[in-house]
Amino acid sequence: MSPDTPRPSDAVALPPPPPAWPMVRALVGVGLVCAVLIVLVYQYTRPIIAANQLEARQAAVFQVLPGAVSSTTYRYVEGEGFTPVADDASGDDLVFAGYDRQGRLVGVAVEAVGMGYQDAVRVLYGYAPDRQAIVGMQVLDSRETPGLGDRANTDPDFLANFAALDVSLTEDGQRIAHPIEAVKHGEKTEPWQIDCITGATITSTAIADMMRESTAVWVPRIAASLDAFQSREVTP
Amino acid sequence: MSVDRAATPTTPSTDEFIKGLWRENPVFVQVLGMCPVLAVTNTARNALAMGLATMFVLVGSNVVVSAIRRFVPKQVRIVTYILVIATLVTIVDYSIAALSLELHKALGAFISLIVVNCVILGRAEAFASKNGLWRSFLDGLGMGLGFTFALLCLGAVRELFGMGTLFGAAVLPAAWQDWVIMILPSGGFFTLAGWVLVVNRINQGRARRKDAEAA
Repeated sequence: MSPDTPRPSDAVALPPPPPAWPMVRALVGVGLVCAVLIVLVYQYTRPIIAANQLEARQAAVFQVLPGAVSSTTYRYVEGEGFTPVADDASGDDLVFAGYDRQGRLVGVAVEAVGMGYQDAVRVLYGYAPDRQAIVGMQVLDSRETPGLGDRANTDPDFLANFAALDVSLTEDGQRIAHPIEAVKHGEKTEPWQIDCITGATITSTAIADMMRESTAVWVPRIAASLDAFQSREVTP
Repeated sequence: MSVDRAATPTTPSTDEFIKGLWRENPVFVQVLGMCPVLAVTNTARNALAMGLATMFVLVGSNVVVSAIRRFVPKQVRIVTYILVIATLVTIVDYSIAALSLELHKALGAFISLIVVNCVILGRAEAFASKNGLWRSFLDGLGMGLGFTFALLCLGAVRELFGMGTLFGAAVLPAAWQDWVIMILPSGGFFTLAGWVLVVNRINQGRARRKDAEAA
């Protein structure tokens, strides 16, 4: 308001302030009811969502480790190696060992996270120590562009990259001999290369990068302590 | 605090349902809610799921807003409506995650963005705050169906040309070269423009015929 505005007429034009109580009552009332409703729905759906997630994780483990019919969750502790934990455990240092019908180790599934085109992309890949290779990959969580980046989980040509992706170790077992790398669509020549999806180069490269970084850490760890995973009783 | 009814309703209440389907279609005629219309219509499945989720929230918010319309002073009505809408969207978000994690993943952030869909706030403000429960329910249902229908129109065309499929099933021959642009945001604009053109053509033709009959 400028200082030279005539004040008396202003006072006349202003309507009386609205009563506060009805406003407070409406806002607090509606807010309370909404809060109670959200809490109830959250409480009711949380166990169902957690069960769904657990089931989805289990299904993903079996998918990236073809032939696996049961799995055990292991936690890695620096200096102590891998120890089995409950299936609903959570944390960053978990791996999932998959076993076939005879109780033999098929491989170990590991999660990897990296930045995609829109947001973080989370994948699960299966490492088979006897073949020194990645034998499967599944995108667990992504917000990539529908129809482009999200084809990383459906495109059969792209998923074929992960049927036998070479991650063999160097002689000393400390490093990956040929780190995973992404190449343009149709230019894959080596077993450690990932053939990108046309139109989703950023997502494909992101998956290659996160798997290169993840395998550099996890593959030597797993290969060095295979005994920890072998000791499994055959369960009918 | 008195909230006047806009007018004593003279039209049959079924009219509130029918108007949203075509005559006042929220997308093609009112051109509301353009964010989800352009963003999640790249496949028919996403479009259908988004349309149904929006319809649920729209019906719910219309009913609640209509029920509390005499209780909420007009100075705080928008805040209250947003609170109601956000609560409903949160409920939908959790319910979809509990029903199917896969569908929840496919829709991603767009479920939360239903909160800012202006069709919902628009109907709460323009209709439900001035009309009774039953009419508001019908209005929400009609507008929601109209919105879903419009999203499906866009999603089907974009998926067909962009991926050669419909609801994930291959429709066009394998030799079909995908128009990737139809999947991208720009394809959404082209398709929307095309549909608005078609709808306007039909409506103008109807109006002309009506005039001719009257004359």
